[in-house]
Amino acid sequence: MTHTAVGTEAHPFPGERPVTDAVVREHNLNAREYAEIVAMLGRTPTLTELGIFSALWSEHCSYKHTKPILKTFPTEGPQVVQGPGENAGVLRLPEGWAVAFKIESHNHPSAVEPYQGAATGVGGILRDVFTMGARPVAVLNSLRLGPLDEPRNRYLFSGIVRGVGHYGNCVGVPTLGGEVAFAPGYSGNPLVNAMCVGLLRETDLMRAKAHGVGNVLLAMGSRTGRDGIHGASFASEELSEKSEARRPQVQVGDPFTEKLLLEATLELIELGLTVGIQDMGAAGLTSSSAEMAARGGVGVELDTSLVPTREAGMTPYEIMLSESQERMLVVAEPHRVPAIQAVCAKWELTATPVGRVTDDGIFRIVHNGTTVAAIPGERLVDGCPIYYPEARESPVAVARRSAVPSGPPAADALGALPLLLADPTIASKRWVFEQYDSTVQAETVLGPGGDAGVVRVPGTTFGLAVTVDCNQRYVTLDPYEGGKAAVAEAARNIACTGAVPLGITDCLNFGNPDKPEIFFQFREACRGIADACRAFGTPVTGGNVSLYNESPTGAIDPTPTIGMVGLLADVSHRVPSHFQAPGDQIVLLGTSAGHLGGSSYWEVLHRLVGGAPPPIDLDAERKLQRLLAAAAERRLLRSAHDCSDGGVAVALAEAVMGAPYATGTLAAKVRFANPARLTPEALLYGEDGARALVTTLPGQVSELMTLAAEHGVPAEAIGRVEGPGTLEVHLADSHLTFAWPVAELRHGYFDSIPRRMTEETR
Amino acid sequence: MRVAVIRFPGSNCEPESKRAVERAGGEAYFVWHRDTSLGGADAVILPGGFSYGDYLRSGAIARFSPIMEAIRRLAADGGPVLGLCNGFQILCEAGLLPGALRRNAGLKYVSRPVDLRVERTDTPFTNAYAMGEVFRVPVGHGDGRYAAPDAVLDELDANRQVVLRYSGPAAPDAPANPNGSVRDIAAVCNREGNIVGMMPHPERLADAALGSDAGHRVFESLVRYSLLATR
Repeated sequence: MTHTAVGTEAHPFPGERPVTDAVVREHNLNAREYAEIVAMLGRTPTLTELGIFSALWSEHCSYKHTKPILKTFPTEGPQVVQGPGENAGVLRLPEGWAVAFKIESHNHPSAVEPYQGAATGVGGILRDVFTMGARPVAVLNSLRLGPLDEPRNRYLFSGIVRGVGHYGNCVGVPTLGGEVAFAPGYSGNPLVNAMCVGLLRETDLMRAKAHGVGNVLLAMGSRTGRDGIHGASFASEELSEKSEARRPQVQVGDPFTEKLLLEATLELIELGLTVGIQDMGAAGLTSSSAEMAARGGVGVELDTSLVPTREAGMTPYEIMLSESQERMLVVAEPHRVPAIQAVCAKWELTATPVGRVTDDGIFRIVHNGTTVAAIPGERLVDGCPIYYPEARESPVAVARRSAVPSGPPAADALGALPLLLADPTIASKRWVFEQYDSTVQAETVLGPGGDAGVVRVPGTTFGLAVTVDCNQRYVTLDPYEGGKAAVAEAARNIACTGAVPLGITDCLNFGNPDKPEIFFQFREACRGIADACRAFGTPVTGGNVSLYNESPTGAIDPTPTIGMVGLLADVSHRVPSHFQAPGDQIVLLGTSAGHLGGSSYWEVLHRLVGGAPPPIDLDAERKLQRLLAAAAERRLLRSAHDCSDGGVAVALAEAVMGAPYATGTLAAKVRFANPARLTPEALLYGEDGARALVTTLPGQVSELMTLAAEHGVPAEAIGRVEGPGTLEVHLADSHLTFAWPVAELRHGYFDSIPRRMTEETR
Repeated sequence: MRVAVIRFPGSNCEPESKRAVERAGGEAYFVWHRDTSLGGADAVILPGGFSYGDYLRSGAIARFSPIMEAIRRLAADGGPVLGLCNGFQILCEAGLLPGALRRNAGLKYVSRPVDLRVERTDTPFTNAYAMGEVFRVPVGHGDGRYAAPDAVLDELDANRQVVLRYSGPAAPDAPANPNGSVRDIAAVCNREGNIVGMMPHPERLADAALGSDAGHRVFESLVRYSLLATR
């Protein structure tokens, strides 16, 4: 029986539980939201409908706490082809190319099942990009974990890295970079943020929109099983002891099927066989069909009894809410269905008609002839109440910002450098990226282990620089400056390769927004991101919000991860991060004010996460970015590395120790005039923004200095690269000389994480 | 020189393998694993990737693909066959090359550059290198630890069937041998020398614009070999 006459009549599926107050609460819907639903439908929802609302009105899908703030992001620019609201953002590149990119979190699943949680995070973000018609050419990831001296954190770290690695490796997309940081705030609630970057011809752009009444909806790819039911709602609640019971809700990834799905999807788009495609990601069939219908301003009718399932007897509720991986929803004209099925068959996949586009605007689910859900489509997607939570900084946070170290540091200025380099947050991540294929596709120009990764666009001479960054210590201490700093550091990393920053995607990881101190962090960090993006001309093209990152020990450190892409006009102008050869001259760009508040130095040497982080001068950052690109274009730079965690001393050490597989080691002799008479600690380890350490050939120093002056960037020639030996730093004002054997520094830096991870088996 | 690059479901290095042949002046095209003809190919490349997801042993399912029969025939006639990474695993599973590739000694996937010492320069894939020369290209694999019984290994050495060995150290703190392969074996050939399997990826570093083209000569060797063979 059908109910086209009575638009929103629906019947409970035989045997399903009646909708009671308890059932409503179980679905994470509050009284106000439930009242809205009843008013919208004019009746009590069926259980299937309740499940659908619960998914689409979760924070993960509805952005109900964050929408008003996300609207303040700059999203426009001449380079923008597609801003927020699609599966991925798209920016214009030269020669008819475009880049589609997005970052997404998979924090909650990774907290209970690290390997599959992380793997399916990569799978989801790959699909977001290839549904746009783009071929994924790079993945990156940003990870946050509790300290490695806790066995649980080592277990999570090891599983997450394996999961991220295996999925990307198997699909054949190089992992070009990433970042990992360790802090107690992430114990029990690790963060896994995965970013994917894809390339397409701008004319091939595919949007996820359903239109054309009578067009067919096809379920493509894997069968639907009972895994991942309510994943979107799970991601929208705090983690607790009970979360372990959520383990069966973590989906299982199948990268082999993903690879087939990728090839089949791109082939369908290339052949022009589809009207729209969307990944069945969070909230599966529900969100993909409802969002495509809402974007197209049409209704849809799905017959869940037609959806291929992994087991018999699945209810419409389960089918609609399953988050089984490697599935896509395709919209196509009816006469294209055989051609679509032929492409799928070649790739050993199936595509099954499961519904159609309708003209009544109703989101309708039918199962064996019974209408089990009928909801006004637009209000289902856009009708969730929007909340304006209270934002108030906690007194604890205010006090922390004015904290200063008490007592002596764990080591003097000489001993501090090895300690900083061996700190897992600063130490080499070779143990991590050695598990990620970084060279597949044979377009990798700069791989992991430097400031940003660079891939060439196939068949051209230009490239994309990509990075992910966030210093959560700065955000914790000052959310506004921290938000600015995250964008500034990403842009600096892009610029160090010689590329020009183009735009960002963001992954906003925070705690429970109902707590005023958490919402303050969110609001202020976003304000910082927006201001920095405006100053740099790098619009926000989309992203992901992950709230409720709280475990019984409290909220995570606020972590707005910035994923940025930049354009390198000619890959032959690329600049590596590490020193290249003896004789090269070292120049420090930017102003050193010796800012130690919020520094790694205080954290590692004084065990203090405190003080005000360095204020970010957006104008100075912008000038530095322009200088780096101009100098790279004139081939003046032999290397460039930004100064961030651990200040100029750590930057010098990283540059001198060389690339992860450098065959020979170098050394350097450096002299600081130090006219401001900073203390050795402030000079060496202060973390002022807008600085980079570059090298140039001896004959080009004056040209570089002139160019710096033209760009309004202070520059100081501080020394030269030497043959193997020691890193020697002389302070002219105090006549102090520090000398560190490079081999020893290198050992501490490269061995720190492997040494901690082998404790795993002890 | 017409080179068939075989696509199995889950192969993922076929575009760059094709490009590497083309850059060396050869002609290359894809052949789907369900096909039974190589379309008149002079040589075959089995590319890297994860055929069938490597859910069973790596390469264990691909060896049953319909195209394998045509590859056997071409190889039996002396046609050059190159297996790269997963392609090497498939050739071992198919019995076209001796030995097997086991889980890496470190039990983790390993992606990094390796230094390779050329042990044979009279194969269709290494004739453009000098004997004893060391060159650097990437590896990326989880199952790359070459293994064979001692008797087979002795025979390989006696017949000079080891084509490349890991040589090093790659860096002061990275071992030369990335996966624990016995006798540092990175590439082997059959008795006749026309079938070569290697774990490293020369096709990924065959273009100077990426910073090095150390792997280019593997493909240059193939094109050169065909010119010599037709003379």
